[in-house]
Amino acid sequence: MGNRYELNKQLAQMLKGGVIMDVTTPEQAKIAEEAGACAVMALERIPADIRAAGGVSRMSDPKMIRGIQETVSIPVMAKCRIGHFAEAQILQAIEIDYIDESEVLSPADDVYHINKRDFQVPFVCGARDLGEALRRINEGASMIRTKGEPGTGDIVQAVRHMRMMNSAIAKITAMREDALYEEAKQLQVPYELILYVHKNAKLPVVNFAAGGVATPADAALMMQLGAEGVFVGSGIFKSGNPKKRASAIVKAVTNYTDAKTIAELSADLGEAMVGINEEEIQLLMAERGK
Amino acid sequence: MKIGILAVQGAFAEHEAVLDALNINYTEIRSIRDLQQTFDGFILPGGESTVQGKLLHELHLFAPMRQLIADGMPVLATCAGMILLAQTIEGQDTAYFATIPITVRRNAYGRQLGSFHTECKYRGIGKIPMTFIRAPYVTQACDEVSILSTVEEHIVAVRYQNQIALSFHPELDYDYRLHQAFLELCKQ
Repeated sequence: MGNRYELNKQLAQMLKGGVIMDVTTPEQAKIAEEAGACAVMALERIPADIRAAGGVSRMSDPKMIRGIQETVSIPVMAKCRIGHFAEAQILQAIEIDYIDESEVLSPADDVYHINKRDFQVPFVCGARDLGEALRRINEGASMIRTKGEPGTGDIVQAVRHMRMMNSAIAKITAMREDALYEEAKQLQVPYELILYVHKNAKLPVVNFAAGGVATPADAALMMQLGAEGVFVGSGIFKSGNPKKRASAIVKAVTNYTDAKTIAELSADLGEAMVGINEEEIQLLMAERGK
Repeated sequence: MKIGILAVQGAFAEHEAVLDALNINYTEIRSIRDLQQTFDGFILPGGESTVQGKLLHELHLFAPMRQLIADGMPVLATCAGMILLAQTIEGQDTAYFATIPITVRRNAYGRQLGSFHTECKYRGIGKIPMTFIRAPYVTQACDEVSILSTVEEHIVAVRYQNQIALSFHPELDYDYRLHQAFLELCKQ
């Protein structure tokens, strides 16, 4: 930990106000970079296709990831399965810039997450609420994102997770200091992390929105709810005009309170991803890893 | 005094925290409307230079900001900001503001595993903490460019006219001396 962990948290700070896009090929990575992505997430299949295909979904082929690393100058992230530290070791060996220990892939361990303090490369993890976020941070995550519900194009869960996180932070900020011990016990996290939230009214690491972002308005909504940046997965390359949509979402994140600009950005984007409603899905990925 | 902080993407909030601590007024620059006021200096923060460069053009900030910088507006540029100011970027044909005659190498220390923290001498100030995050460095500088700091033989800080460009991030280290030196420049 120590110095390396600080550097890893600081890389996430550099990504703020930006959009991280899921890509499956070097060509898509190039499109994402040209559209203004601040990082790309290399994966074999985007969440919507993982949902459609079913079966076990795993870390991507390192060769494919290398191809993407060679194509773009922005940071390259990749996903490993929850608890699969051997996959994480492989991603570290190919010098990935960020590992996403992700509920989008099939979990490899239904009890333990990866001990991320063992690694030099940074990790981002999904969280539905403050307790999950602080537990992941305690394990060594240097960036948090909402879980949302990946591959659905439905923003409702990301909104729910961000609101839950915000209200828990507001509650802890307003607490008397002597009540924080009990709160730490309830959330199953170390007292020091609760104390940090109490004093600073925010998470100790950068917090992005993810899971269900499909339009510039979705991105602006999440930013106004307090996200420091946005992940867009299936929303871009499952839409009618990926390049235009990607670029519009990037600009909406920069000017997220400027409704006039976002109105212009939202015009004529072609078809959005079809999407699935929350009630229609069989598999709730957000339930994986708590 | 008022500083304009480019806020299209990246770690601009960290610079704002430094200016807050020093009790200095600032405005975030996100759209052309924000440029209607007068500024005494600009800060170009860390982040991704490809994103910032693209947004500068698309939000119509590029031409007016470049003109102001070329006309002598003091600038403090960190990391991605250094890339925006460099006349030449290795491996690509185009540059951004191109107002400092230097050549820079993007991600010069490699990927995130190459990011590091150190302390090194900075001309006129002394030893300061330096945090490098997927940082660039300067591979060539014209004679008119003053070199303010080198780390292991690589140029990491330069000044050219009123522009200061740094490979590292003073805004991450709670050491305000570089910002103070920049603010002195803005007062003149």
